[in-house]
Amino acid sequence: MTRAGMTATLIWALTAILAAVIALRASYTTDLSAFLPRRATAAQSLLVAQLREGPAAHLIIAAIAGADAGTRASVSQRMALQLRANPAVLAIDNGNQAQLEHDREFLFAHRYLLSPRVAPELFTAGGLHAAIGAALDVLASAAGPLVKPLFLRDPTLETLAIIESLDATHAPHIAAGVWSSPDGTRALILAHTRASGADIDGQQAACAALERSFTAAIAGLPPAQRTALAFSMSGPPVLAVASRATIKSQVWRLSGVSAACIALLLLAVYRSLPVLLLTLVPVASGALAGVAAVALGFPAVHGITLGFGVTLIGESVDYAIYLFIQRSGDFRSSVWPTIRLGVLTSICGFAALLPSAFPGLSQLGLYSIAGLAAAALVTRFVLPEWLPRAARIRDLTAAGFYLERLLGRLRAARGALLVVALLAGTLLYLHRGALWSRELNALSPIRAADMQLDEQLRAAAGLPDAGYIVAVTAADREAALAAADAVGARLTPLVDEGVIGGFDSPTRFLPSSAVQEARRRTLPAAAVLRASLDEGLEGLPLTTARLEPFVDAVQRAREGPLLRRADLEGSSFGPVVDALLVRGPAGWSALLPVSARDSANLPDSAVTQVRSAVASASVGAELLDLKGEADRLYSGYLSEAVRLAIGGFVAIVLLLLIALRSAARVVRVVAPLALSVLTVAALFAALGHALTILHVVGMLLIVAVGSNYALFFDRAATHPESRSLPLTLASLVVANLATVIAFGVLAASSVPVLAHLGATVAPGTLLALLFAAMLSPPVTPTTPRPASG
Amino acid sequence: MRRALVGWAVLAGALAVGGPSFAESPAESADETAAFDQLLKLLAERHHDHVTFTEVQQLAILDQPLHSSGELLYDAPDRLEKRTLAPRREDLVLEHGMLSVERGHHRRSVALRDFPQAVPFVESVRATLAGDRAALMRYFTVQFSGTLGRWTLELTPSDATLKRTVEHVLITGETDQIRTVQIRQSDGDTSTLTIGPAVAP
Repeated sequence: MTRAGMTATLIWALTAILAAVIALRASYTTDLSAFLPRRATAAQSLLVAQLREGPAAHLIIAAIAGADAGTRASVSQRMALQLRANPAVLAIDNGNQAQLEHDREFLFAHRYLLSPRVAPELFTAGGLHAAIGAALDVLASAAGPLVKPLFLRDPTLETLAIIESLDATHAPHIAAGVWSSPDGTRALILAHTRASGADIDGQQAACAALERSFTAAIAGLPPAQRTALAFSMSGPPVLAVASRATIKSQVWRLSGVSAACIALLLLAVYRSLPVLLLTLVPVASGALAGVAAVALGFPAVHGITLGFGVTLIGESVDYAIYLFIQRSGDFRSSVWPTIRLGVLTSICGFAALLPSAFPGLSQLGLYSIAGLAAAALVTRFVLPEWLPRAARIRDLTAAGFYLERLLGRLRAARGALLVVALLAGTLLYLHRGALWSRELNALSPIRAADMQLDEQLRAAAGLPDAGYIVAVTAADREAALAAADAVGARLTPLVDEGVIGGFDSPTRFLPSSAVQEARRRTLPAAAVLRASLDEGLEGLPLTTARLEPFVDAVQRAREGPLLRRADLEGSSFGPVVDALLVRGPAGWSALLPVSARDSANLPDSAVTQVRSAVASASVGAELLDLKGEADRLYSGYLSEAVRLAIGGFVAIVLLLLIALRSAARVVRVVAPLALSVLTVAALFAALGHALTILHVVGMLLIVAVGSNYALFFDRAATHPESRSLPLTLASLVVANLATVIAFGVLAASSVPVLAHLGATVAPGTLLALLFAAMLSPPVTPTTPRPASG
Repeated sequence: MRRALVGWAVLAGALAVGGPSFAESPAESADETAAFDQLLKLLAERHHDHVTFTEVQQLAILDQPLHSSGELLYDAPDRLEKRTLAPRREDLVLEHGMLSVERGHHRRSVALRDFPQAVPFVESVRATLAGDRAALMRYFTVQFSGTLGRWTLELTPSDATLKRTVEHVLITGETDQIRTVQIRQSDGDTSTLTIGPAVAP
């Protein structure tokens, strides 16, 4: 090894150790953060907060199916009992009697602070007459036995009014004393996890706790019943855990499979294990450098970025292939300049991704730049030094000559490219309306079956998708509650008019102090109330004397304390309030989910009315359309990515103009790349696959990888004296095979972002090589001139 | 929404849960046994009823009874509708074992098998109308007295949990016409349903 080689090796070793340390110390995530913007508007950051921390982000819906209702119910009860003691689970609801009893007592005890009907009119003689008269009608009805025990203490039925205001349209079903799906086939349990939405380990612990509790709950059952019972669960925590597991296993499996396939290919080509191992050095160095760069540049490395590592194999392995196969006596002056230009071209393309607001894209950009630069530098400065003198690489000259003859035939058919271009253009034009997918869901790593189960369980539990939320932020908790009260007052008329199905608010269970105080002030003194009752009970089958428990209850509420958050402890309502009243960086936000009347989506007219109602409350509240917001966000990313990719393409052309100093040569290099991108896009359009942001990235990769091919053809044509064409062709075919293998494996991934990328790049690079070959200028073999040019 | 689950379940939860049990009906005189058999046969032959009713409830907590009225509809063998028209509209329907209540904008339904505590209120009338001996025997101890022309059925819940809410149900009638249904709750409150004339179809 030369002195320079030793220096290079030393630098490489030190850098690799440093990068490894950085990579090991980095934090890795698999949550949605890769898809969420770095620079968010207020609405978007609330959306992000909702997705991570919102009420829905903590909720697991568990279902027990099979056997009979009684068995399911007893399993549900045993599970609930166990899970209540588990710290990973914040709250458990399964509809059991004790909890319901407790909740009912809570509502009953605080009815005069909670009921929206508590107003001065209610306690006038006329108000009491009307309210108690209506209550007597209820007493005479089928619900009579339910309200009879409360009647003398609550003759205006405030408790019932509160319960009925809890949106009775989505009534759950009770089977054998626990919540059940409406068709009566599954017992349902709702679990609120303690961990935040972004804490996937915490969510995983909660999911595991649920599964364990089911196993424990059925342990005592006879075997026949045990096997008949089936447990399933869904909800954002379950889906987040599942998608992390998917990404993790996919990243490992795909990297492994493609590395193994490429290794086999190279072993077949090189027939030399040392050379094969050397080929992997730039790849591994590049991957390490990429991770380290992203770890330094971002708060956390996303799992998806690691998945893109596979893509890096696809390109960086090429450099060593060119080095080993082209075996030019003078690698540094003949092959390296072309590789260098290829690397610079790729870096230009990926640099365009850096400014993206989509962290997933900018991570990919940085990862690729650092990875490619490292791989190229290792190939240039380290690898040649390590190549054992004795290493024998199979001579591919014979194959090269065959490829050269094939190239001649391909060139003769170059006219066909015009047809390809026309066809691709026509297809794209015909499908121009449906070319792009604008839904964020297109990128979701969640499997279709999991999604379906989620929809089923959600419907069974009567939980609508939290599609629309009115959010209002204030300096402190009390101000947020007051603002929520103000918004609620504007939304209530819309419910009565049937514009919206209903809405929720933290103030249902924890009204603001101002509202509570106003209600408390409304409550009359005992003497005043008795006088009003004397008059109001005229004509009713009751006397004031009988309603003494009512007078007492009103006095106690009148003199009692206001309701605080701590009073909700132990009821089902505490977690509800916590979910709807969240603390953020800007203070406290109250969230009021709005549900549509019939369908899942609010009609546009209703959205407009809700917006103006919310605005009229003048507390700075905003209506968020969560799915719409997410899709708009993604749509923004997509157009941004297209803009950036075009920018990258322009940068590549400029770079080539500077390097090649000939417009004709630039056109020859760029034309096959542009054509293959068009053809791939047209193929997707023809197959009915809408393009996503990852397809755009894939097209950028086609240009990055394909530019190497085109540049080598360009070199062969401009340096005919080097007689390098046969070996160049051989190396290009091997390099392309390696790329197609890497991305072909990726295309088989069940994670859409990885699959989209693979499905774009694998055919794209193949076409790029083919088109570059067809468009390459003929090389006129000349007798070697003296080594001057 | 979750609150809705809590809400309705809270309301429903006010009813205690218990399961049905089986009991033999006590011995009756030979004449009465024969008359009872014949009554059930006659009742089973009726397939459709649409009558008016008035109901009087005597509640200990009130100084005066509560009155209500409306219509009863019956279609053999398992559809029974109690349509209260005054003082407040309410529709209570038992159909194929599902019990649903509609009051104002609110409509709720539950499976009767999940609410055995509603059985004495509902099944007493339905099973009698249907002449469904098996159902009567499943839930009640049945005591027949009188003659076919003027009879009284005393139904006592056989299940201990149900006995805590309902003491007994007294049904009187003349041949295949039910005249009154009186439910006496364990706290002494009673409700008496008096069947009026048939409503013209």
